[in-house]
Amino acid sequence: MNDFTAIGRRRLLGTTAAGLAAATLPLGGALAQAKPLVVGFIYVGPRDDYGYNQAHAEGAAALKKMAGVKVLEEEKVPETVAVEKSMESMINLDGASLVFPTSFGYFDPHMLKMAAKFPKVQFRHCGGMWTQGKHPANTGSYFGYIDEGQYLNGVVAGHASKSGKLGFIAAKPIPQVLRNINAFTLGARSVNPAITTQVIITGDWALPVKEAEATNSLIAQGVDVVTCHVDSPKVVVETAERRGIMTCGYHANQAKLAPKGYLTGAEWNWHKVYGDFIADMKANKAPGNFVRGGLKEGFVKTSPYGAAVPEKARTMADGIKAQMLGGAFTIFKGAMKDNKGNTVIAAGKSHAQTDPWLESMNWLVEGVIA
Amino acid sequence: MSVTTAAGVNAERPAALSEKLRAAAQAAAPTLFAVLVTAVIFAVFLFAAGADPFEVYELIWTGAFASWFSLQNTLLRAAPLLLVALCTALPARLGLVIIGGEGAIVFGGLAAAAIGVVLIDTPYVPALLLMAAAAMVSGAALIALAGWLRHARGVNETISSLLLTYIAIAVFNHLVEGPLRDPASLNKPSTASISDHHMIGTIPGTDVHWGLAIGVVVCLAMAVLMRKTTFGFAARMVGGNMRAARMAGLPIGKLVITTCAMAGAAGGLAGMIEVAAIHGKANASLNTGYGYTGILVAFLARHEPAAVIPVAILFGGINAAGGLLQRRMDLPDATVLVLQGILFVVLLASETLRGRSLFGR
Repeated sequence: MNDFTAIGRRRLLGTTAAGLAAATLPLGGALAQAKPLVVGFIYVGPRDDYGYNQAHAEGAAALKKMAGVKVLEEEKVPETVAVEKSMESMINLDGASLVFPTSFGYFDPHMLKMAAKFPKVQFRHCGGMWTQGKHPANTGSYFGYIDEGQYLNGVVAGHASKSGKLGFIAAKPIPQVLRNINAFTLGARSVNPAITTQVIITGDWALPVKEAEATNSLIAQGVDVVTCHVDSPKVVVETAERRGIMTCGYHANQAKLAPKGYLTGAEWNWHKVYGDFIADMKANKAPGNFVRGGLKEGFVKTSPYGAAVPEKARTMADGIKAQMLGGAFTIFKGAMKDNKGNTVIAAGKSHAQTDPWLESMNWLVEGVIA
Repeated sequence: MSVTTAAGVNAERPAALSEKLRAAAQAAAPTLFAVLVTAVIFAVFLFAAGADPFEVYELIWTGAFASWFSLQNTLLRAAPLLLVALCTALPARLGLVIIGGEGAIVFGGLAAAAIGVVLIDTPYVPALLLMAAAAMVSGAALIALAGWLRHARGVNETISSLLLTYIAIAVFNHLVEGPLRDPASLNKPSTASISDHHMIGTIPGTDVHWGLAIGVVVCLAMAVLMRKTTFGFAARMVGGNMRAARMAGLPIGKLVITTCAMAGAAGGLAGMIEVAAIHGKANASLNTGYGYTGILVAFLARHEPAAVIPVAILFGGINAAGGLLQRRMDLPDATVLVLQGILFVVLLASETLRGRSLFGR
């Protein structure tokens, strides 16, 4: 114990000095261009989860290769004061000037609190709804229209399915998830209007046991293509492969986990987004506050087709993808009914991807069984 | 337990201060020993993982205690652990192993938020008291149920408190995502927010909210209750030998259920503080594992309410340093879990050794 405190005293002096140095850094930061730009990433789960967190970590890994950028990472940080302290520690102890808290629940109140405390640091949050006037100018949010990838998943699944029954394992009934379920179903029904999507909601973002049970239960009901929106699709994809059905991936590429049944997948392409942010910071301007994009902007991408994808599916999906890349494709357009028979989008009306209305979606499209 | 009983008896005598200190040192010895052995085993683990153990320990010190910022970080993380550890520590005095702290937190937080939303226009003190009362009652009900099942039906309290926690979390999710959901909380379902005026502030001059002080006071109060009162004496007697206690005419059922209710109330209060000091509403952030860490804290404190305070701070420190280890040493987050796991196992092992070699009965 004595040793421990002895080290402690020495360290105490050292870190206090370092702390003071770090505190004065932001003032001189703009002048001293030679200093590396320190960027902090915070993930809610493990960074090798084959899912949400891995997608962000892949983006961070791309930044590490850039000159003049230093990347800090912390994984498995819960959405509590822990994330506030992680941000503060990155800023105080390591001199971060741009922070990416990547989980939805980090936004309010945690990131907002830190943004008020450190007005010179830039905070950009994944998935949130940054609103001009309501949220500080040194904060912002970015997200991708990954439902475009899920629509293409649906098209491929619609061709590949023999039973006409698709499965979707979802964490929570929230707008981002419902939008993916709807896009997937719309894609599939554009191939065959008789197709249905059976949805199972597990209740939380990472419940591996429930996800495996849900996959098995869907298979028992005759589902032969399954996809999901949970933090890590690993368990769903592996279970489906073992039981011999097909899967569409999500968040990252899971082809390695299912060499036989992996059809394609909706993936994030975060290094594009992060690269843009870094470029802005290096040019001495604040990154965008409300950043959104889809396939066209390079925010999302699709996994290469697996061996089980029929030729017809490739042709059709590639055609739609080309339209999306050209900005000429609308997923949510009337007349559209929800699964209770109500008209949710009137005939002739269409909602472009940028429409904020889509980010508050609270209905499931016709053909979804939940 | 023989040691603590001795300390309790000694307290009767005025000249027994040095003896009391000796007893306290004796009680703390196995824990300190366990911490030391853990440090050695963990160093071997780190070495095997390719990291320099000394550098890691130095970083843990830096991240946890070495600066004002780190110390506040540690205390902030310790705050919820203080109360929720009592959820395990108090019933353990009666020989019950309750592990439902997580359930008590989510119930308490939910009750506090549900009441807080209604009390928007109520003045500060009554509003906070009502929120705290609601939280404590709901946490108490949950854990008292486990105590009652044990007493009246012979259901193992460890299993039932864990299963009740799963039920509590399911009920919590149902209510937060259903009837109590604020429609404006789109992608993270939450209850409506309590009034900004009803938030618990920080201790002046620090970043740490008053929950820390509340936790310390409650731990000390429970220590007094367990050591200096007839209630505490009766509880320890039940823990020592339930059959003998029954023969002596102690109301076992009442003691079991009351203690479990107090334990649950402590957990519920932890949930209320999370809501009123940090989130301002109830959502899935209440269910992030404080309850489970609390079990470790209680065991490491050997279920002594006063000892919960330093142990909670130790755990707060380990967690506070975890981020720095990831960033500077490129170690995975699981490193901290490995450290906590080794500590727990070594502690349990040292408990078995204690009766045999170090302290004869």
